[in-house]
Amino acid sequence: MSGTFVGMPAFPEAAHDAVNNRTLRGNLRHATHTIRAKRAKAVAEVSDWAALREAGKQIKDHTLRHLDRYLVQLEESVTAAGGTVHWAADADEANRIVTRLVKETGETEVVKVKSMATQEIALNEALEAEGIRAYETDLAELIVQLGKDRPSHILVPAIHRNRGEIRDIFRSEMGAWGRPAPEGLTDTPAELADAARLHLREKFLRAKVGVSGANFMVAETGTLVVVESEGNGRMCLTLPETLISVVGIEKIVPTWQDLEVFLQTLPRSSTAERMNPYTSTWTGTTDGDGPRTFHLVLLDNGRTDTLADEVGRQALRCIRCSACLNVCPVYERAGGHAYGSVYPGPIGAILSPQLRGTASEIDASLPYASSLCGACYEVCPVAIDIPEVLVHLRERIVEGGPVTREGAKVVLKPAKGHAAERAAMRGARWAFSHPGALRAGQRLASRTRRFHPRTLPGPGKAWSASRDLPEVPAEPFRDWWQRTHGGKDAK
Amino acid sequence: MSSRDVILGRVRRALADVSDDTPYEQAVDRSYLREHGARSVAETVDLLAENLADYRAIVHRCTADGLPAVIAGLLADRGSTSVLVPPGLDGEWLAATGVPRVPDRADSTAHELDRVDSVVTACTVAIAETGTLVLDGGPEQGRRRVTLVPDHHICVVRVPDQVVSSVPQALLRLDPTRPLTWISGPSATSDIELDRVEGVHGPRILEVVLVSGRPGAVTA
Repeated sequence: MSGTFVGMPAFPEAAHDAVNNRTLRGNLRHATHTIRAKRAKAVAEVSDWAALREAGKQIKDHTLRHLDRYLVQLEESVTAAGGTVHWAADADEANRIVTRLVKETGETEVVKVKSMATQEIALNEALEAEGIRAYETDLAELIVQLGKDRPSHILVPAIHRNRGEIRDIFRSEMGAWGRPAPEGLTDTPAELADAARLHLREKFLRAKVGVSGANFMVAETGTLVVVESEGNGRMCLTLPETLISVVGIEKIVPTWQDLEVFLQTLPRSSTAERMNPYTSTWTGTTDGDGPRTFHLVLLDNGRTDTLADEVGRQALRCIRCSACLNVCPVYERAGGHAYGSVYPGPIGAILSPQLRGTASEIDASLPYASSLCGACYEVCPVAIDIPEVLVHLRERIVEGGPVTREGAKVVLKPAKGHAAERAAMRGARWAFSHPGALRAGQRLASRTRRFHPRTLPGPGKAWSASRDLPEVPAEPFRDWWQRTHGGKDAK
Repeated sequence: MSSRDVILGRVRRALADVSDDTPYEQAVDRSYLREHGARSVAETVDLLAENLADYRAIVHRCTADGLPAVIAGLLADRGSTSVLVPPGLDGEWLAATGVPRVPDRADSTAHELDRVDSVVTACTVAIAETGTLVLDGGPEQGRRRVTLVPDHHICVVRVPDQVVSSVPQALLRLDPTRPLTWISGPSATSDIELDRVEGVHGPRILEVVLVSGRPGAVTA
């Protein structure tokens, strides 16, 4: 995935700094609580939410089970509609394809619609290295780009910034990228949005190349769908002469009718609206309306590896609504940056280690960035059982075992640093399979309870620093049962 | 081997454990609702008006005979000095206004469009439950950009025949081979502390005129 995050410390270290940042925590708390309340209201408006959620899950599961067939069908439909399809096995290949396509137009700048896929492959940096400037046009992405910052939320990437910080960034940075911020710019949201409008409009109007992702691709018709609010998406999708869309291969739905499910669940789950202000759909090119040339880059970049994992593959159902971030107690306190990926929060904790593998410290730590409270599963509009995948990934990291990397089966070694956990589990397994030893151990523990330490020694010290150790009862349950009921059923 | 073959090969190997040959038609339980709630035709139109207004579109209602006067009034209220008109738009709609018309030309530049104050279009279908207008680029709606670059969009909806209740019903009426734009209220952002602000990049003002009846028709 993105080179931006190379060398990130493991989640606990990154989160440690974030939870001590009072401004950040205040911004995050306000944002997540606001949107979670709104979302609950928007969802309650539709009485068949559970049925829509189940249908969304089933559509995605069916598509993933026959992904090869739908990819080929999509390629045929897009080609028949006048588009050109490219296939990219990884981030480097996708970046090379997009760079070449931009260079072939002779242009040195592109306007971009907010897109998770292009963030994931670090397209802006790759284009920059080839002398092509990519302008982010979503307001939040603009704030992130001008602030030389990283996104911290899937839907509102600048959620960690408040209005004062945004005004400061606009004042000091806009001039270097184009039209400077107006004199005397205040921190009211309306004025800030207006400054962005003026700054970006000059770029939209002269742009010859647009780059986007897509929320959905319809295999049957070759139609791509982008949902957005500001109109920057419509600008990028319709004003340039050339449009290049980079889309993950999991974003397919089989038929036009399937959109009836997702166009109901996505807006309500993400921005808590009945419908987002703008949805654009296009099928190849249309004479006299919009771009004359359309390229679709289909991106793998770890998705097929994720598909190979029988438990973890459900993460590919994700429609990037970000509802799971807004309800997560860990995200609310740690913020998006701590996850070291463009996909933060609960979905990031299961998606990033699958897309990138668990070789790095940050990726190996992500499945632990959760309290397993299950709120993320409850709100997920495609019913991804995030806690199930988290536990599955934890087991894989601790125990090792077979995984697929870049299409090849490899055996993962047990991770370092989990030796004590493994030893404890081995001990427990032995004790539970030897009832005599278990009984003797329990009696010994009861009789020595006065001498038990309040905190654990050695590797258990960190664990007990934030938790009370369970108190050992005066006698084991089995002895108590024997004594009070004589081993017989109570009358 | 091409990347296409690499990716398709990886997909097939990844799915080696899957033995699901349920056909698509049976794979999805579509017991969700085709529309939410039972409403009369008039109530559906009322709901459209209510939901449009909730997302800060300005809603007007009139009969076909009154439409030219309404449009003339809206253009005058905004002080528009130019109005863009798609080629297939009913000329009668602008019969009562003297605001200079700008034709929707294929070779007009985005900069030229940016100098236009207002645009008047029809739509293809409107969705009551979500307060959404859908434009399909037809002759009375114009190219996608004409409803995007000018700051003031007046969209005329013929009620009740262009109104459906729900998203599923709208998709049935739409042709996916056409470029579609779904519009729910004016351009908006919530990127700054989740405060909703209207009009970032698209039109800042969306006015919707719900027109009933046919021009010249005698209403009982």
